[in-house]
Amino acid sequence: MSTSAPVAERPTPETTKRPKRRSSFNEGTGRLAALLLSPTMIVLILVVGLPILAALRESLYQSGQRIDESGFVIQGSEFVGLDNFTAIFSGETGDRFWNAFYNTTFFTVACVVLETVLGVAMALVMHKAFKGRAIVRASILVPWAIPTVVSALLWKWIFQADGIANDLLGTQILWSTEGWQSVLSVIIADTWKTAPFIGLLVLAGLQTIPDEVYEAAKVDGARVWSTFVHITMPLVKPALLVAVLFRILDTLRIFDLPFVLVGPNKESVETLSILAYLEANQTRYGPAAAYATLLFIYVAVVAYVFVKLLGADVFGDAIQRKPKKNGRSGRRRGKQEAPAAALAGLTASSGGGGGGA
Amino acid sequence: MRFERSHTRKAVALTVASSLVLLASACGGGDDGGSGDSGSSGGALEGRGPITFATGKDTSGNLTNQVAAWNSQHPDEKVTVAELPESADQQRAQMISNAQNKSDAFSVLNLDVVWTAEFAANRWVTQLPEDQFPDLGKLLPSTLDTAKYRDKLYAVPVTSDGGLLYYRKDLLAKAGVKPPTTWAEMVTDCQKVKALPEAKSIGCYAGQFEKYEGLTVNFSEAVNGAGGVVVGKDGKPNVDTPEALAGLTALTEGFKTGFIPKAAITYQEEPGRRAFQEGNLLFHRNWPYVYALAGKTDGSSKIAGKFAVAPLPGLKGPGVSTLGGHNYAISEFAKNKATAADFIKFMSSEERQRANIEKTSQAPTWASLYDDAALNKQFPYLAPLKASIEGAQSRPKVVKYGDVTTAIQEAAYGALTGTTTPKDALAGLQTKLSQLITQ
Amino acid sequence: MAVAEKAPRAIDVKAAEAPWYRRWLPLIGVGLIVLYCLLPFFWMVVSSLRRPTDQFENTIIPSPISLTNFSDVFKAGTGFQRGLLNSLIVAGTVTILTLIIGMVAAYTLARLEFRGKNFVLAIIIVTSMFPGISLVIPLKKLFVNIDWINTYQAMIVPSLSFALPLAVWLLTAFFRQMPRELEQAAMVDGCTPAQAFRKVILPLAAPGVFTTAIITFIAAWNEFLIALSMVNRKEIQTANVVISQFTGTSGRDQPFGSQMAAGVVVTIPLVIAVLLFQRRIVAGLTAGGVK
Repeated sequence: MSTSAPVAERPTPETTKRPKRRSSFNEGTGRLAALLLSPTMIVLILVVGLPILAALRESLYQSGQRIDESGFVIQGSEFVGLDNFTAIFSGETGDRFWNAFYNTTFFTVACVVLETVLGVAMALVMHKAFKGRAIVRASILVPWAIPTVVSALLWKWIFQADGIANDLLGTQILWSTEGWQSVLSVIIADTWKTAPFIGLLVLAGLQTIPDEVYEAAKVDGARVWSTFVHITMPLVKPALLVAVLFRILDTLRIFDLPFVLVGPNKESVETLSILAYLEANQTRYGPAAAYATLLFIYVAVVAYVFVKLLGADVFGDAIQRKPKKNGRSGRRRGKQEAPAAALAGLTASSGGGGGGA
Repeated sequence: MRFERSHTRKAVALTVASSLVLLASACGGGDDGGSGDSGSSGGALEGRGPITFATGKDTSGNLTNQVAAWNSQHPDEKVTVAELPESADQQRAQMISNAQNKSDAFSVLNLDVVWTAEFAANRWVTQLPEDQFPDLGKLLPSTLDTAKYRDKLYAVPVTSDGGLLYYRKDLLAKAGVKPPTTWAEMVTDCQKVKALPEAKSIGCYAGQFEKYEGLTVNFSEAVNGAGGVVVGKDGKPNVDTPEALAGLTALTEGFKTGFIPKAAITYQEEPGRRAFQEGNLLFHRNWPYVYALAGKTDGSSKIAGKFAVAPLPGLKGPGVSTLGGHNYAISEFAKNKATAADFIKFMSSEERQRANIEKTSQAPTWASLYDDAALNKQFPYLAPLKASIEGAQSRPKVVKYGDVTTAIQEAAYGALTGTTTPKDALAGLQTKLSQLITQ
Repeated sequence: MAVAEKAPRAIDVKAAEAPWYRRWLPLIGVGLIVLYCLLPFFWMVVSSLRRPTDQFENTIIPSPISLTNFSDVFKAGTGFQRGLLNSLIVAGTVTILTLIIGMVAAYTLARLEFRGKNFVLAIIIVTSMFPGISLVIPLKKLFVNIDWINTYQAMIVPSLSFALPLAVWLLTAFFRQMPRELEQAAMVDGCTPAQAFRKVILPLAAPGVFTTAIITFIAAWNEFLIALSMVNRKEIQTANVVISQFTGTSGRDQPFGSQMAAGVVVTIPLVIAVLLFQRRIVAGLTAGGVK
């Protein structure tokens, strides 16, 4: 098959740098790439792409909103242009939208920041050696493994007026009523569920930092904090950024926790996903799709900004990786070189065994 | 490179083309309505064979027995139960989604009474010819009313539900007072009971005041019990009245004065039951299901044997319950509608309803069962419950019931939590409902 | 994994020289973290061990301890065992397919040079930006039209598409950091590219693959909305859907105890899997996360 041809060429792309990019663009590679990527793309287009397109189309239509004189709903849908969108921004609905927009943003910022801080702290602590840390690692994964359906119920029960949370605190906080306490309960539950995920990724990042780096820092007399800021953080940053990016995508779409824990139509915790759900639940599919579309755009913008500002190594790194090997390392790259090299050595050595077999 | 590009282009073009085909078919489903007239006229209940019964709650597993009884008598028209989630919202969503896709997966639908109008108006359920259901006259009239939309029958009520006032008979007896019949009596009774040393810190009253369907129920009861209406007999909202204001004010004052404990704003049925069972409430508005659970003598209920039930009190006279319950309807898109109709007759028959209440304690719709001596012995609350259901008010029978109930909850919750005055809340609600109901 | 073994030693040395609080603070931290993570789970277990009638109790240890909730979960007619099996089928298939498809895509993205790579990566991540609840209605229409309702693939394919973006991103990062010299050396030794991948890259990638597998499996195992909407026949409903159908004895009482018991039953296999694989997960995440 033609597969062998392009791959065999690879040594060339590897050694030549910038110019290679153009020359390696032969028809075979492109075709092979298209072939190999097609399963992924077909699945994504069929099951996500098409429904997204259908929803985008739906957002321009309205249906089932009028009743004829004998009391029946008039069937069929009607093209209304951007009416569903303009309706969202006008009057009371507008206030509601911006409130939900604010809540969504606030949840995302608060949860992701907390999860990151907690996750990093968890990772740092677990990075220390002690007996039984296998158990610890497994236990931090428990919150992550409990189905959301069940954990939302669990937290609802915990936060009831006579629940264990109030019992332990010795208070009578009405968690599900409007106000800061309902926001807090959602943040607590969400942080609990996902901080371990970030913690684990960061721990993983930490463990690739070779001891030599720390020892060097110690010889330099670096203090704990400056070791953390100048050595540890830059090294775990790529792992952290992937985790944080996917957490942002998830939290912007947050639905279950505020919906189950606090309930629908509660101003304090109403998010954009909840608005989209409530509209669909009232069989107003056009407006529901319009809300979903707006949220989609918002998520995309946030992700884009995030990647542009912080995450060149997350997103663009398919392209930007080469400079590293090239030795043209920038400041940041320079710091990453040590672990990368160490890892390369490691994989190479253990790979010898595997490959030789 | 050029090749690659053209190849990519071709691929893109192909993908887009096939997406469009799929998209067109994906979207086409909902647009060709209007042809669904057949069957709505009533009388066209044809076809026999296996059917599916979509329902949310097989409580205590008794539904299996009921269906097994049918299946043994009708081997060629077997009924399969399609179980839906416990959450009412999700049940409705699944039924709607099937209807919109014109799926015949569900034949008989177990509808909450408040969904009936929506399902009828959208022609998701078949109109039923009343002459084919001879026993309708033997059902409680208020329950039968919930199964109609614009005076036409779309379903048959199989279970009902009405609010009851649970009270601590031990404490009332000690304080020397009789069960209250009005809100004012309830207030003074509670003061008397609180004078007792053992009941100093007891909460007086709670219903369901969390922002959900239960709040609509409790708000409507407060308004109706004060002589007001939410939606009048003419089908027009009329909630901005002195009577309605008096009813709502009783609740808001209750919260202000501590007659209703603060925590009650978070109560759905279960947290309220818990507070009552723990002995923290003197009066509690809830459904019949609480009776058996609060009476358990295994130590789980602290008030077993110490409580009784009465009809709901109104503001100045007898109260008005809000009607609950479930109606069975036939999906417009079902096959074997004749079998479906027979199954509904079977399930709503006196024999099956008796079997059902014996096992599940769900309130029947068959009037004579309430006067049955054996059943009354087993369920001492049947007499007050019958009174409750007979005098009960339906919630508004409107197509966009979801919007109506949301508006009611919004207004009531605002007034109860003090963010709006009861007067403003009702005025706002009247405006909202007028927009929603006349559309 | 060698990496995981290596780190502690250096820290040990450090700890020995440090003042006492340096040694104890981390332990206290560990204790706090474990408590934080496990307390709510503990409450779940405790709640599931009460008698159904005691479900409102707040005592720390249930008394009497009762397995009624668990026997309720498994009693005939709930279909919970079948649900567990279905969950396993769906999540297992999703995991395997995600790995295969994702690895191919990731390897392509990591190794082949072609135009539009960034665009492909962007498209892949864009598909995880649309609110999931808004996908259900159009998806259902689609599946009705292609007659997929009440089939396993109606649950598997959506879960697959939800899992693919993260999987492709993780695996791409992972493959990319493996030196290309490995494959080159293998090919010099006479391996075909496919063999080079299978014999050299795949064994090295195993930790990353395990990580992705666990992440995918948990996500698919926990999926609810699609499984609920696309299937209405008891025989192929997943465990999560079955849990949502639990009711109390009369309809209005919430069967919190048996829901928690079912939650415990559903979570335990995942915890065991995590315990078994956790070294690999950590090693895998390590390799996949850091470039």
